[in-house]
Amino acid sequence: MAAAVELEGVNVTFGDFVAVRDANLTIEAGEFFSFLGPSGCGKTTLLRTISGFIEPTRGQVRIGGKDMVGIGPNKRPTALIFQNLALFPMMSVADNIGYGLRVRGVPKHERDEKVKNLLIQVALSEHGHKKVSELSGGQKQRVAIARALAVEPSVLLLDEPLSALDLKLRQHMRAELRAIQKRVGITFIYITHDQGEALTMSDRIAVMNAGVIEQVGNGRSVYAEPRTPFVAAFVGENNQIRGRVTAVADGMATLDTPLGALSGRNPVGLKAGEEALLFVRPEALSLVPTGTPNGSTVGFDGEALDVAYEGSVTHVTLRVRTGQKITATVGGGVVPVSGETLHIGFKPQDGLLLARAASH
Amino acid sequence: MGATGGLTLVFGLPLAVALFFFGLAAYERRMGLATGPGFFQRNGLAVGLYLVLAVGFWVFFVIVLPQFSMVDMSFRPKLPPAQMGGPKDVFTLENYRYFLFGSTTSTSSWNWTHLKAFVLTIGVSIAITLFNFALCYPIAFHMAQSAGAARLRILLLLLIIPYWVNEILRAFAFRVLLSSGGIINKLLLGAGVIGEPIDFLGADVGLYMGLSYAYLLMMVFPLYSAIESLDKNQIEAARDLGAPWWHIHLFVVMPHAKPGIASGCTLVFMLCAGALAAPLVLAGPRTLWFTPIVYDRFYQAFNWPQGAAYAFILLVTCVVFVLLVLKMFRLSLGEITR
Amino acid sequence: MTSGPLQRILFAVYIAVFFLYLLGPLMVMGVSAFNTPQYPQVWPIEGLTLDWFSQLFADQDMMYGLRTSLWIGVLVVAISVPIGLAGAIVMTQIQPRVRSAYYLVVVSPVLTPGIIIGISTVVFWREFTTMTGTRFLYDGIILTVIGQSSFISAYCMLIILARLQRFDQAQQEAALDLGASYPQVFRHILLPFLQPALFSAAVLAFLSSFENYNTTTFAILSEKTLTTVLAGRVRQGSTPAISALAVIIVAVTIVGAIAYELWKRRADAAAERRLRAAQAAEESELSGTAAPMAA
Repeated sequence: MAAAVELEGVNVTFGDFVAVRDANLTIEAGEFFSFLGPSGCGKTTLLRTISGFIEPTRGQVRIGGKDMVGIGPNKRPTALIFQNLALFPMMSVADNIGYGLRVRGVPKHERDEKVKNLLIQVALSEHGHKKVSELSGGQKQRVAIARALAVEPSVLLLDEPLSALDLKLRQHMRAELRAIQKRVGITFIYITHDQGEALTMSDRIAVMNAGVIEQVGNGRSVYAEPRTPFVAAFVGENNQIRGRVTAVADGMATLDTPLGALSGRNPVGLKAGEEALLFVRPEALSLVPTGTPNGSTVGFDGEALDVAYEGSVTHVTLRVRTGQKITATVGGGVVPVSGETLHIGFKPQDGLLLARAASH
Repeated sequence: MGATGGLTLVFGLPLAVALFFFGLAAYERRMGLATGPGFFQRNGLAVGLYLVLAVGFWVFFVIVLPQFSMVDMSFRPKLPPAQMGGPKDVFTLENYRYFLFGSTTSTSSWNWTHLKAFVLTIGVSIAITLFNFALCYPIAFHMAQSAGAARLRILLLLLIIPYWVNEILRAFAFRVLLSSGGIINKLLLGAGVIGEPIDFLGADVGLYMGLSYAYLLMMVFPLYSAIESLDKNQIEAARDLGAPWWHIHLFVVMPHAKPGIASGCTLVFMLCAGALAAPLVLAGPRTLWFTPIVYDRFYQAFNWPQGAAYAFILLVTCVVFVLLVLKMFRLSLGEITR
Repeated sequence: MTSGPLQRILFAVYIAVFFLYLLGPLMVMGVSAFNTPQYPQVWPIEGLTLDWFSQLFADQDMMYGLRTSLWIGVLVVAISVPIGLAGAIVMTQIQPRVRSAYYLVVVSPVLTPGIIIGISTVVFWREFTTMTGTRFLYDGIILTVIGQSSFISAYCMLIILARLQRFDQAQQEAALDLGASYPQVFRHILLPFLQPALFSAAVLAFLSSFENYNTTTFAILSEKTLTTVLAGRVRQGSTPAISALAVIIVAVTIVGAIAYELWKRRADAAAERRLRAAQAAEESELSGTAAPMAA
């Protein structure tokens, strides 16, 4: 199967501002692919470059193996769902859905047939005649999806379409979007700053920061195997501790930190003497009374500041010697008391060492 | 203007401006200041052409070139059509000289009739502008800040009705009201206040009232919309701080409503100074108003260059007034023409 | 700011005086249209009559002028609304560094006295038509339409611009993305969005044209419009037939205003209904009763 979208050395600059830097990426056909990053990271610019509203300053965008240079948004096999949906308020629901077919010159009876089917697909068959303003938030979402699907795009681009919905509806729509994607089988490219959305829906995720694609992988790999400090810090909760590498062995390394010597995995191949960051997830930390360290863990002491009991788990915020705050999520068994001094330990396999990049 | 020189200008100016825009667009594109689709790409060829042609026709053939040719004519002598563009068609100040001295050649005596009319027109227009401001401010404030929705609708309707009756009829209403056999005189006579009808129209009272009346609306609406945008809490806050009512108006409401005040004043002044209907209907036999004089230059004296010069003088006066108001209020043009 | 009883009374008096000033003259004129004396008279009422109305309709010049005025009004709408629309669109697209210069040029007619617009129009087109051998264009009706369009287009532009500035650019992009061409976006998306403003602009353009005198009286040449005929009649002397004309205009205005108000109320009610429907739909969806999507 041909790749749906290929980016090759794509750069987008506005004056002096570099919005996207050197993006190289292949998105497979039929994939649910997400771009995840904070606002202003360039993900929307990249999406608009794929849809044709922005021409890359340098580099090439290929869709279905075809170079898209000079091809406007109205000639590309993509359809975009806008953040605010951009439904046409002066048209009925059915006319909105049929608009793409209308401008393609599809005869009316054929168009009506297709719109009818799409209305059934998105469970809006009763609402075709209504004005867009008469619909609920979720119904509007479905109209926007149906409108985009009507033109049978090979790639559907979604620009944070769920961000305006309230939590309950948003969660419902996630499942629905995923189901639609499975059913129609086309490539979905989804833009979001919400990692929950990205992790639950996507086959693969590209994490972006400051115009750069930092890491591409499936949900598990960007969460468990981050390759840059940004990804480690942005995807999920994480504790980070600075230090300098003192010894390297067997894919592991030891770090000299203000909290003592700590070790963790060394996937990026740091060498002794290099500055590094150690990342440990809150759920990988164990809390035991001081003086009873477990032999298989490394760790340091800290004072519990804030204890939030949630039943199955307890979130504990601790202050360590340097004044830094560490968060730990521990199971239901022991519930620490705030003010208590505890030993914070973790298995070296759960520690992750990454290079301290100059830009962070 | 000479036939060939004139045509060069008529078609050259739009062409030059078009080239300028073309160059500017190319420059901005090369400097990376402009990104995205170009003008014709963005609008499509048909719509793009419509935009260019419609705006081009409007700007050049309806606004700029007519003004230009009026000014041009005001600096030329009055000639029979056959001699236009001939050797006698030269640059001259004689039309302006006539305005000042009453003669195209001699400068020995002033043209008092026209000068007086001019000064009177400007002075009275300013006075009417101030009077209308004073009269309209309270109602505009009331409508914008304290009237309820239903009341507001009625007030707006009442204000708009007289506006759709044209200027001549509005002036005519004052004639009916103020003429020697009119209702005001009848009332005064009946009440024994006066023994003889007062000649309101001959004394220009009618004219001034009619002018003020005709442009009342032009003051109310800009004031209303400017005051309306003021947050009610600001007034409340000022009152809580113990500011007296006049202080609130002078230092809270009026500074906020500045663009509206400037816009209303500019409009009323311009309309008064350029009014033709009210002087025509309400002026007494000895009334002096500048616009009828301009009209007479064209259609009584048939001296178009002189008329053009008089019109230009009026135009310059209005422009100066607008600039003065903007300067006084420290505003830009965009702020008063919303 | 009216707190004390004295202030309240003073303000009431002021409002009364203001509206007496505003509406009194029109009422006086209105009454005189139904009174019998030859000279417009309000008091005493010597007898009620409708003669002045029939005299008005029998006035051939006036009727001719009325037809010309209506015709000019229609032409001005047909020219000013498209020009105003183009002017507003260009305003949003023109390079920022020349925008204020462009703005200055296109709103200048609003701040120029009408007689100057009339004069300059006549002067330019007399020369232009002579130079280019298109003397047939030097016609009172054509010149009046052009002259009035000068500032009426600017009114239209300001009205349309106000709405255009609220246009959501994503609408245009959505249409493009669905495959529409630029002209299709213009026809299907932008024009329907601007429609209310275009309608207001057309109404305002027609009324401004219909009641215009200052520009018209210069540009009309040997033709006649209602206002120029009226000016001539008023110059000759006062007759209640003129009052009758004012009565008709006011009556038409009020009927129009009431019709508009009723229409607007119905539109508002419809919008209100729609809003409620949307809210109800939202509630049912959140409570989980909405139809699940077909698999």
